Amino acid sequence: MNKLVVSVSPHIRKDISVSKIMWIVTAALLPAYAYTIYTFGVRTVWVTLAAIFGAVVAEAGMQYLMKRKITVSDGSAILTALLMVYNVPQGIALWKVALGSFFAIAVAKQLFGGLGYNIFNPALIGRAFLMASYPASMTSGWAPPHGNGALSLAKEAAQACLQPNAPIEAQKLVDAVSSATPLGALKAARVAADNPEIRETAHNIWDALMSPDMIKEAFMGNIGGCFGETTALFLLIGGLVLIFLKIVDWRVPAGYIGTVALLAWAFGGHDGLFSGMPLFHVVTGGLMLGAFFMATDMVTSPLTRKGKWIFAVFLGVLTFGIRTWGGYPEGVSYSILIMNMFVPLIDRYTIPKVFGTIKEAKA
Amino acid sequence: MLTFKGGVHPPEGKELSEEKAIVRLELPAQVIIPLSQHIGAPSKASVTVGDVVKTGQKIGEASGNFSACIHSSVTGKVIAIGKYPHPVLGTGDAVVIERTGEDEWFEYPKHAEYAGLSKDVLLGIVAEMGIVGMGGATFPTHIKLNPPEWKKAEYLIINAAECEPYLTCDDRLMREHGEGMIEGLKIMMKISGAPKGVIGIEHNKPHAIAHMKMLCANEDAISVAVVQTKYPQGAEKQLIYAVTKRAVPNGGLPIDAGCIVQNVGTAYAVFEAVVHGKPLIERAVTVSGEAMNEPANFLARVGDTYENLIKKAGGMKDDTAKVISGGPMMGFAQITVENLPVTKGTSGILAFPASMVKCEEELACISCSSCVDVCPMKLVPTTLASNVKYKQFEQVKKLNVISCIECGSCSFVCPAKIPLIQYMRIGKNEVRKILAKERQKEEVKK
Repeated sequence: MNKLVVSVSPHIRKDISVSKIMWIVTAALLPAYAYTIYTFGVRTVWVTLAAIFGAVVAEAGMQYLMKRKITVSDGSAILTALLMVYNVPQGIALWKVALGSFFAIAVAKQLFGGLGYNIFNPALIGRAFLMASYPASMTSGWAPPHGNGALSLAKEAAQACLQPNAPIEAQKLVDAVSSATPLGALKAARVAADNPEIRETAHNIWDALMSPDMIKEAFMGNIGGCFGETTALFLLIGGLVLIFLKIVDWRVPAGYIGTVALLAWAFGGHDGLFSGMPLFHVVTGGLMLGAFFMATDMVTSPLTRKGKWIFAVFLGVLTFGIRTWGGYPEGVSYSILIMNMFVPLIDRYTIPKVFGTIKEAKA
Repeated sequence: MLTFKGGVHPPEGKELSEEKAIVRLELPAQVIIPLSQHIGAPSKASVTVGDVVKTGQKIGEASGNFSACIHSSVTGKVIAIGKYPHPVLGTGDAVVIERTGEDEWFEYPKHAEYAGLSKDVLLGIVAEMGIVGMGGATFPTHIKLNPPEWKKAEYLIINAAECEPYLTCDDRLMREHGEGMIEGLKIMMKISGAPKGVIGIEHNKPHAIAHMKMLCANEDAISVAVVQTKYPQGAEKQLIYAVTKRAVPNGGLPIDAGCIVQNVGTAYAVFEAVVHGKPLIERAVTVSGEAMNEPANFLARVGDTYENLIKKAGGMKDDTAKVISGGPMMGFAQITVENLPVTKGTSGILAFPASMVKCEEELACISCSSCVDVCPMKLVPTTLASNVKYKQFEQVKKLNVISCIECGSCSFVCPAKIPLIQYMRIGKNEVRKILAKERQKEEVKK
């Protein structure tokens, strides 16, 4: 008889691996990706190749230099590269994407010890790096797809409300709207609302942005923004598939989006409390991408159930806070990076009570 | 459906043998009977080489309170006492008996009417007949059925979950010897004083459930509880929670929740001991696995070898790479099947082909929290494992590693293929040492 293998129990294992998880998440991003190619054209592919190039060179290079096993085939670097693509505007130079991607993998991931040891979401660090190094490139170059989509709706509505002898700021505001992302436009409108002269115009633009037509356009992806800010519908589909496959825990997206929606309803309107339009905040910006694909990154999110809820709620608070009262129109990436820092602390303090802890026995 | 939180769903594999009725094997030419087939001190041989023994005759005395005695499973002559392979210990002392003929039974009193017997007499019979937990843990039954005065047993729960994949011997035993098992349950209820009996069966055994429900139809004190098919539903604490909604206090025993749990086979053995005067010398064993040619359920004598049972099951396929004693989640991989004896705790012999035996590299934890989600004891296996890795045993103690029931669910789901259970075992070992030292210090202070 052949030699028998002796090992410790259990002798059977679930058919899942780190690599499989990475590739499944990548696959879940593909519907959104396909739509992005449809809306923004072939450039999407070049940007993706540039991102992948940067990521793979970073990973293989760093691992080679550090004399470690090269693990590019596990798919995690390519996933990060794909997420980098979603975080940059369409017009960005290819070499900048590659550089951001390189930075994400080399610094945020490999320098910390490789997969499993990083504290911060690498794709978001890559985006933060590009925001700090090339702010102009990162906040322009939105080529609104197929005509200018819904922002033109907003502009028209605003234009219609513009009085003939309105101050110049009002006209500037209206012009600014069509060249911005919806959140950028909202920020501009919000800031402008402080100026009593153009308040009415600002409020009209505000309302136009929050109109059901606008939201529908945003959901379908007919707005300007980074690649990943536009296709809320397809990201939602991909995200729900991941939840169904139990790759992503539903608590984080539910808590995150739920909190943002709640706060948007309470504080997002211009007529006092509870006059806001929650859906606007949910479908714009990187919230869909962030809630389903970035905040749920396993390595950088909490282990425990309670921890995930805490993480998600604080993410919602930070995101809405930055969008509404902070300096940036979009708050998802920084909220996630900030909360990533708190994950070890959250994990430590949310360790569940062992089964049979006396309180439970009495119940 | 009744269940507990956590747990995993490994592929069941029961279809290989669940419709195979238990076949009584012909008596083996030789039996190797280990002196340690139970938790506690090994028994001491009470025979010497050359002695002639009858079937059922005692050949090993219990050594001390926390032990059990053993009996010869055939009629024959003792030809050797020495070190032989053991499915759990690797090697262990055993008495080898060469069979000289058909069974000549050693006479023990039979009590068809046991209602008149006192608890102490019944307990004595259970102890004398060498009965231990046959689910695999082999805890001496006479100790479990006799809790201290101040701990009252309210439920005697029969563990008919059989949650390990592939194993079907308990299922078949219920279907074929259900009456005997229920008699055994009643005897155990009398001994322990538990007023209520519950048979907890996983819902993947519809025939057993129907049969048991029919048999208990007129029993006021006994009921059948159908529990969800999930691993480890058959773990004591989880079964108690599913059936009674009581959580055994952390660090405590089932009796602290008013429950005593016994395996199906143990109940049947108690019945045979009291009513038929038969000691524990044979048991139902499932011989199965994808590499077994003709999976089956056998009634085998203790001491019969794995090699023999495998032969009777058509032998193993050529690409067999692993032989497991017990189930695939908590069973023990064997080095050899030659001269490897079936013990009181051998519930299954499984053969796996090379394609099912993988040697996978351990990667870094990616915090996927799968292990946290499945742990039936609500521990955080990955944090425990990394603390063990970095030798932070005080922290490991604080994180309740002692509560780990080593079910293997965490290792089963880990995508990074981290041997979490192994780290937990190391952790438990080290923490036990710490606790022993602490107890020593306490005693020195006194």
